[in-house]
Amino acid sequence: MIGSPYTLGGNTTSAIMLKVMLALLPGIGAHAWLFGPGIWVSLLLCSFFAIGFEALLLMMRGLPMKPFLSDNSALLTAWLLALSLPTLAPWWLYAIGMLFAIVVAKQLYGGLGQNLFNPAMVGYAVLIISFPVYMTQWVAPLSLADHALTLADAFDVVFAGQGSISPDAYTSATVLDTWKTQTRLQTPVESILAQPVFASSGQAIVAAMYLLGGLFLLWSRLITWHIPLAFLAGVAVSAGLLHLLDPTQHASPLLHLFSGGVMLGAFFIATDPVTAASTPRGKLIYAGLAGILVAIIRAFGGYPDGVAFAVLLMNVCVPFIDSYTQPRVFGHKIKQGSDKP
Amino acid sequence: MSRTLFTFNGGVHPDGHKTESNGTPIRAMPLLSRYVVPMRQHIGAPARPVVAVGDAVLRGQTLGAAEGYVSTAVHAPTSGRVIAIEPCAAPHPSGLFDLAVVIEADGLDQSIAFEPLDWRALDPSALRNRIREMGLAGLGGAVFPSYIKLNPGAQKIHTLILNGAECEPWITCDDRLMRERAPELVRGIEIMRHALGSATILIGIEDNKPEALAAMRAAAPSDMEVVAIPTLYPGGGGKQLTYTLTGVETPTGGRSTDVGIQVFNVGTAYSLYRAVELGEPLISRIVTITGHVSNPGNFEVRVGTPLSDLVTAAGGMLPGASGEIVGGPMMGFDLMDSAAPVTKAVNCLIIKNSKLFPGKPIELPCIRCGACAKACPADLQPFEMYWYSRAKNFGRAQSYNLFDCIECGCCAYVCPSHIPLVDYFRFAKSEIWEREREKSGADQARIRHDFKTFRLEREKREKAEKFAKAAEKTKAAASNPSEASAAVDPDAEKKKAILQAALERAQKAKESVAPRNTEDLPPRVQREIDEIEARRAAVETKTESTE
Amino acid sequence: MFSAILVMAAIGLVLGGILGWASIKYRVEDDPLVEKVDAILPQTQCGQCGFPGCKPYAEAIAKGEADINLCPPGGDDGVKRLAELLGVEAKPLGEGMEPKPKSVAVIDENTCIGCTLCIQACPVDAIVGAAKQMHVIVASQCTGCELCLPPCPVDCISMQVIKEDVVNWKWRYPIHMMKRVA
Repeated sequence: MIGSPYTLGGNTTSAIMLKVMLALLPGIGAHAWLFGPGIWVSLLLCSFFAIGFEALLLMMRGLPMKPFLSDNSALLTAWLLALSLPTLAPWWLYAIGMLFAIVVAKQLYGGLGQNLFNPAMVGYAVLIISFPVYMTQWVAPLSLADHALTLADAFDVVFAGQGSISPDAYTSATVLDTWKTQTRLQTPVESILAQPVFASSGQAIVAAMYLLGGLFLLWSRLITWHIPLAFLAGVAVSAGLLHLLDPTQHASPLLHLFSGGVMLGAFFIATDPVTAASTPRGKLIYAGLAGILVAIIRAFGGYPDGVAFAVLLMNVCVPFIDSYTQPRVFGHKIKQGSDKP
Repeated sequence: MSRTLFTFNGGVHPDGHKTESNGTPIRAMPLLSRYVVPMRQHIGAPARPVVAVGDAVLRGQTLGAAEGYVSTAVHAPTSGRVIAIEPCAAPHPSGLFDLAVVIEADGLDQSIAFEPLDWRALDPSALRNRIREMGLAGLGGAVFPSYIKLNPGAQKIHTLILNGAECEPWITCDDRLMRERAPELVRGIEIMRHALGSATILIGIEDNKPEALAAMRAAAPSDMEVVAIPTLYPGGGGKQLTYTLTGVETPTGGRSTDVGIQVFNVGTAYSLYRAVELGEPLISRIVTITGHVSNPGNFEVRVGTPLSDLVTAAGGMLPGASGEIVGGPMMGFDLMDSAAPVTKAVNCLIIKNSKLFPGKPIELPCIRCGACAKACPADLQPFEMYWYSRAKNFGRAQSYNLFDCIECGCCAYVCPSHIPLVDYFRFAKSEIWEREREKSGADQARIRHDFKTFRLEREKREKAEKFAKAAEKTKAAASNPSEASAAVDPDAEKKKAILQAALERAQKAKESVAPRNTEDLPPRVQREIDEIEARRAAVETKTESTE
Repeated sequence: MFSAILVMAAIGLVLGGILGWASIKYRVEDDPLVEKVDAILPQTQCGQCGFPGCKPYAEAIAKGEADINLCPPGGDDGVKRLAELLGVEAKPLGEGMEPKPKSVAVIDENTCIGCTLCIQACPVDAIVGAAKQMHVIVASQCTGCELCLPPCPVDCISMQVIKEDVVNWKWRYPIHMMKRVA
């Protein structure tokens, strides 16, 4: 028996997911423009594996296919993981990533809405721990590559291994990688920044496009300002402090904001409602701490980027944060702390 | 004299659908041949029928008297004869029957002599008693007996708010009432002011009703303020309206009177005017009928009118109607039986069709998107309450302030996964209420059992003492034995004989009433009886051994 | 090595001390276990558990002498709550113990002889009446224990299931998320 309300307004889950994917398009377009068509291959592969694993698990769990496959959540996870991974990695790397994202992190926790950890970031973390070599072979910006790959080349590389084309011809270290290795070698900051990867600004443009998509999400009220702002502020403030303390070891906050996964993380990954804090104050705490963790991991950790680990670490704290940041209910007296357990 | 308005958090903007029914004046219903008047038309104890089957009644005659404090009277909608007092279909989400007086109208519509009251000369307490007899209850939907709300008690009610917001989509009965009968309505408000002694009077009307606003402004004296409030559902909720107009939050678990504010629906003010100045009890109200019906609009409907007759009066349902909603689409309920009558609580009947009210999409998992929390006017976290209500973890649901939920439906309205959140909350609330009922019942049983145990022990002790005393007496009176034995024996003999005779009589009576067959019992029943006997024997021996 | 052990021992001592202090300082005054068990039992006083009332059964449970699944009026829900309280595994109700729908006893006015035997049997004094006068059961106080049935010499008492009405009616659990129809 179902009672009132008898009219419904507002969004649907599948439309929300679709709009988020729409908001990713400027970033994807920029990536394809600046880094070559490889991104299409990884998006396609990840989507394929995501749908496949999702369908398989739905079947095993005895759930209906249509409503759950059409909620678009698996596709969104696939896109987010594809955009976090290096393009032109071997096909099985995407398969393993999606296996852990969809099967382990999502469906084994009970499916959509029940997962404690961000599925895409679980897939990413598993891959970077297990296959660090493949995870650092990033496609170079077209302007720097010796060999511009066509779409056919990209398929060839992904499925047939590196084959005729040497990876050195189309890969290069990322901005963060370069910074990390060079500062450890005590290279002066000026000469680091003079390296071609910094000059190309490919990554920064892609990041700016993600920012644009994120603003669209804000404008369409699919996300609130709390998480992106707190996340970016967390990164900028802590990176800024470190930069002030030691400019030779720690890059400027601007470089941090527009490199690696920070923009994608701030607007698309940390905002995943299932795994993020849900109260307004909770969102600020959750995303602020995640931003600080990103800067700390980048500065002192073993991996060049820290978005995935920061988000996953903060995912663990979400139930705790939420229960201590419950907003005041209408008609309740303002009181210190909370009586929530 | 513009007033600073406050904006509550949340709320939604569903399609208003007001124009379907607000364009035509209030129409009168033709007199019917049969009315069904439920005794439970208000919050609290149902009225106690004071007529018998076969009685002739007149319009306005009391059918049921208020029973207890939170209760009010119920009156005959027309003249005729009482043909039944029995459970009938009622406008209730359960579709269960409820006690009602059924009247067969004689078509004359004769009324009792209505006695107008000179309320200005009347003491508020006497006025309240009169209002209780007149059957006044809040017509906004909660139907709380008005005489209680008009009693300021120890609180000083500095502000009286009249609720003409009518925020629910489709409903226009208050809109039409304010447009057409504003002067009478204002006189009702003056009676309220007399009873409560309030200094400030605010009449809140949503700004999607410009005609009603103008009519009320024209009718209201300068010391009543007609305020246009923004159209935002549920702006007409008592707590929300109070906050919008005054910035005061009604404390949780309390009433607005705790902060010196009383809220009445405009319809109640109008009925109060009729009850006091014309002496006519609450026997009719304005009801909107709208949706997929040929002639939507507002009717002045006698309480007790079967809803099916209201549909007929509005020209009947159009082909393709798929059901009826009592109340608005946000907080109303599906009508289970169209024989159910209009009560004091029924403000609207919406005829559904599959285009206006498509079936509910299936429920998908909650993704904690927080849309419900953003829409909640009570600043709750519906998705958390849903999580625990669904898991039947009612304690945790309650710790997320489940009982601050006003069931306005905003959360379910915006939910992208189409989760019927309010249904989960209603389910959890009624389970918790049930448990509380059980708990208080168990507590009472415990107390009574403990007292019985104590009483039995006391009696035993007293008996023993008496016996000891009696033994002493007999010892003392041993010299005269014949007297003692003669005093006791005949009495006991007589008692035994009486009991025996009664037993025989009863046995005979029972055989004639219900012949019973204890000889050829099926083995299952016999076994059950044996088991019960054995258990009781065991209990008895145990009781003895513990003593 | 030695200093490490010392440090660990010192930390252990300090933390243990804090824990001990906190357990005294913030101790929650508790009802005794019997009261807590008794609070869960439905207080029908029906004796179906084999004990002469709810309190004795509660005492037996608290002492560990009785199983938690002997109370049919409490139902599976009651067993579950007892299991939670005592930290044991919930189990189905005992053999042959089926929870019955909630009922009240009703006296047939035509056959009652006013013998007062049921009044004496009622554990909660829910029957009023005097010798040789018709007895009436106060429905709101009747626990439905059925203890008044056997003593009645004329079998004039019957059990009536409490019907659902608009007051005790409950909202149903919403239709759950669609599972694939097999």
